[in-house]
Amino acid sequence: MKHEPDEKGYWGDYGGRFVPETLVAPLDELTKAYFECRNDTEFRTDLSGFLQTIANRPSPLYFAERLTKELGGAKIYLKREDLNHTGAHKINNCIGQILLALKMGKTRIIAETGAGQHGVATATVCARFGLKCVVYMGTEDMRRQELNVFRMRLLGAEVRGVDSGSRTLKDAINEALRDWVTNVSDTFYLLGSALGPHPYPLMVRDFQSVIGRETRSQILAAEGRLPDILIACVGGGSNAIGLFHEFLQDDEVSMIGAEAGGRGEQLGEHAARFKPGAKAGVLHGTKSYLLQDSEGQIALTHSVSAGLDYASVGPEHAFLYDGGRVKYTSISDEEALSAFQLLSSIEGIIPALESSHAVAQAVKTAPQMSSDKLMVVNLSGRGDKDVAAVAEELGSDLGGTRLQ
Amino acid sequence: MSRIKRTFEQLKLDGRKGFIPFISAGDPDLETTAEIVVLLAELGADIIELGVPFSDPIADGPVIQASSQRSLDAGTTLGNILKMTAELKNRTDVPIVLFSYFNPLLNYGIERLVSDAAASGIDGILITDVIDDEASAISDTLAKNNIDLISLIAPTTTDTRLEQITQRANGFIYAISRAGITGARAESSSEAENLVSRIRRFTDLPIAVGFGISKREHIENVWRYADAAVVGSAIVTQIEKEKERAALLERIRAFTTSLLPKK
Ligand SMILES: Cc1ncc(COP(=O)(O)O)c(C=O)c1O
Repeated sequence: MKHEPDEKGYWGDYGGRFVPETLVAPLDELTKAYFECRNDTEFRTDLSGFLQTIANRPSPLYFAERLTKELGGAKIYLKREDLNHTGAHKINNCIGQILLALKMGKTRIIAETGAGQHGVATATVCARFGLKCVVYMGTEDMRRQELNVFRMRLLGAEVRGVDSGSRTLKDAINEALRDWVTNVSDTFYLLGSALGPHPYPLMVRDFQSVIGRETRSQILAAEGRLPDILIACVGGGSNAIGLFHEFLQDDEVSMIGAEAGGRGEQLGEHAARFKPGAKAGVLHGTKSYLLQDSEGQIALTHSVSAGLDYASVGPEHAFLYDGGRVKYTSISDEEALSAFQLLSSIEGIIPALESSHAVAQAVKTAPQMSSDKLMVVNLSGRGDKDVAAVAEELGSDLGGTRLQ
Repeated sequence: MSRIKRTFEQLKLDGRKGFIPFISAGDPDLETTAEIVVLLAELGADIIELGVPFSDPIADGPVIQASSQRSLDAGTTLGNILKMTAELKNRTDVPIVLFSYFNPLLNYGIERLVSDAAASGIDGILITDVIDDEASAISDTLAKNNIDLISLIAPTTTDTRLEQITQRANGFIYAISRAGITGARAESSSEAENLVSRIRRFTDLPIAVGFGISKREHIENVWRYADAAVVGSAIVTQIEKEKERAALLERIRAFTTSLLPKK
């Protein structure tokens, strides 16, 4: 199996570049700059230095002892991306891309955000390196993730609400692309997941692969062998591919990507791109599996977690799905919400709602495995941002502390 | 010879320049679109661009986004658009270019599209988000049925790309007047004139300039150095303003007449 895309950015049939002509030159410029940096010692030294000092890497690989006991099966480790500065894996990619932007002499950074985690991470690196930052966010997501909107503004970013379409991540990406096409000369589009036109899926994967590389050495140190199974949630697919990529050649390691099953099977009620009957299409510059109606219009999606609420998925995942290397499952809102509560109460870790999908998959899978098996769950982010939304979902009044 | 090619040759013989209006097919509904096409042809449109609505039009500004959404809300489909253009063949012989994002076409099936479009009197197809090898493949398939794949060129397009794109281009070249999305602008762009003269070094195909052209002065200016001017958002704005069909057609007639430079 091949894990590098071809020079046009295709993994098999997926990926490539489907963009307006205006964006070809800036994408070529970006590709050239990225390939110059990719194996450059100085760039890599800077990157790993900042990953340590800004993001607080390496993130721990944590043995979830009580969860393991509770589920009574595989031994469960959590890769603690929630302990990174800004609270999610998103910062890994942001540090990589901003170093590239600085190298390219760009002065203005734009980004899209769903849950707000990528927006916060982008605003953070922009503050740190003194670049102007504009973040596009769907107004529905702004409502769901109020706290992150305020955090971005505190960090000096301008948050622009997007009121079109479903008012979520997809629409935020549309608007970011419109900005980029208008301001190509000074602007760097800091895309937050392993999707979009070539070279983004490759570049974001590379920057997130630090998760898998650390996991390998940490599990070898702790257990003296590779894990039997890896589990991660899949929105655009960056935290999942970041964990999986390092292990793709290791046939003994199986992998599950958990998608958002939302609240029902019908189109519009979920964001599970790999459901049976799924179809490929082109959205946001890349060819991949895509939730669409019978006319090729992009479907609305639903998930309790804003970060998984997206109609398409990174092209490398599409390739891994077709080849059967990674298994993709879907987790309902309800299952994610109970995993959110379970992990909080049993390990003292409040996971992001996105990551709760991975935890929920572990809840299903671990008991079917024997106790000598090793499982690594990517805890992609922390759940502080979700506490108010979960309280609302559970019909709680936040413990009665809200003013009457 | 394609009808697009013939149109530009006739313009040249007459010593005239071209006017290419753009409207979203199905805004407010396909019956009205058919009436608007006939009217625009009567008012002097040399080619008409019909937008295929898409849920996520990343190359479009707010006016065409809203228009595309109205069309989708009215239930417009690619199949129905082609049915409408097929019926139009008895009423007008103005060449028609479909202007689309890739996904609705991909979903329809390229082979199926090519035969249906040819049968429905479509002369050209312009796909905003298909480039390079993918564009060449589609262009070859379309050419078999005498349909031109219209190529876009932007101010950011390098000379190397210009050479590649013009080699496979058919019909005419659509030069984007400035980096950005569709939408009316107050000023006309000086970038466009430079771009057109760069393109001329690589091809003898006619060149149309679009994006941001919304006033008579803009058209006059484009006509100085290019072969045709494309007007989109400025006309679509008129459609947005009027619900009732007869009044809408009157409004478009008045606006288009005021827009076109006197012969
Ligand atoms: C904590 C967390 N996990 C996962 C995701 C999903 O993105 P991806 O699939 O790119 O990892 C997000 C996106 O916002 C997130 O904030």
